[in-house]
Amino acid sequence: MPIAEQQTSSEAAQTSSDKSWHGIVLQTLKRNEISLVPYVPDRVLTPLIKNLHADPFFTTFATAREEEAVGIVSGAWMGGRRGAVLMQTSGFATLANVLASLAVPYQIPLIMFVSERGTLGEFNYGQSLVCRTMRPVLDSLALEHHTITRLDELEFIADRSIKQAITTQAPVALILNPLLTGGKVFDK
Amino acid sequence: MKTDARNTKVMNRFDVTSRLIAKLEHEEAVIGGIGNTNFDLWAAGHRPQNFYMLGSMGLAFPIALGVALAQPDRRVFALEGDGSLLMQLGALSTIAALKPKNLVMIVMDNGIYQITGAQPTPAANVADIVAIATGSGLANSAWAADEEDFERLVEEAMSAGEPSLIGVRIDDKPGVGATRRDPVQIRERFMHGLGVREPL
Repeated sequence: MPIAEQQTSSEAAQTSSDKSWHGIVLQTLKRNEISLVPYVPDRVLTPLIKNLHADPFFTTFATAREEEAVGIVSGAWMGGRRGAVLMQTSGFATLANVLASLAVPYQIPLIMFVSERGTLGEFNYGQSLVCRTMRPVLDSLALEHHTITRLDELEFIADRSIKQAITTQAPVALILNPLLTGGKVFDK
Repeated sequence: MKTDARNTKVMNRFDVTSRLIAKLEHEEAVIGGIGNTNFDLWAAGHRPQNFYMLGSMGLAFPIALGVALAQPDRRVFALEGDGSLLMQLGALSTIAALKPKNLVMIVMDNGIYQITGAQPTPAANVADIVAIATGSGLANSAWAADEEDFERLVEEAMSAGEPSLIGVRIDDKPGVGATRRDPVQIRERFMHGLGVREPL
């Protein structure tokens, strides 16, 4: 059993019915009191988004752009409410300016979940190219990021990364790889 | 709609900002957008509830929305330039959909990117910011006709049951002050001002 799960065994027992990747993400957000979740949608994220909307604990809504969502959760953090942003790889590619001019210099624990497109079966050349920009941007700002490929590691990585972001007041990107989510494949 | 036909007085950003600050009596939060907008907020007198943006052009309203969602009992004002708002018009619809009644948006509209050399914005002479806001779903949007009208609109917004947007036509003057560019201290002191944290 992962350490993170052992430490939260009582809560985990109550919520163990859903061990899908999106169920684990939802419960990890809730356990860390992250209640504000703006997003720009992605096909792979659809079950998570649907379940966030269905749970009254969460305030979740679409924004027109990813940087708008980053602004919203940054303001909420300063006002004492925790948030996280959901997006796709191509959405992350729009964020270099707001990361470098808001989240990092103001030391805001921005929590990002990025559904990874552009690899492991991508069928759109542009998506595969934009995907290659993501990790260099993260590394250029020395931002913490993890690529999650295994269901049995998801809760540990997500829970620990959220706690680290908050205690160190630093952004984190959790990249949800197709090995975890199934990704999006060509279906005509 | 021709914007040059509007029956609105051309006001001054620092003067209007000072008038707003003078009306705040309940530790209202104020988010100052990039550039001259937050320079004049700074020059109007620092308050613990002020937040100054040093980048992320266009995000004054989204940041203010986040504060408003976190603290629904506090009024949150956001000051944004017209050029900045043009970068993030979609945020108006997001705010209209969420309807935070404690959020007041003020747009300082001079039709130019004053700080970069006074180049006209693409909206200058063709678009109407308040009409854009109304069309985005923010029904409680209005141009301030003059300084007294601005103060009246601010007072109305203090007790409004929906988000408010006030358009202010301003002159081409630069900001009066210059914000101290210390982002960590700006953020930390803002959080103290909002009662989220205590100083060490």
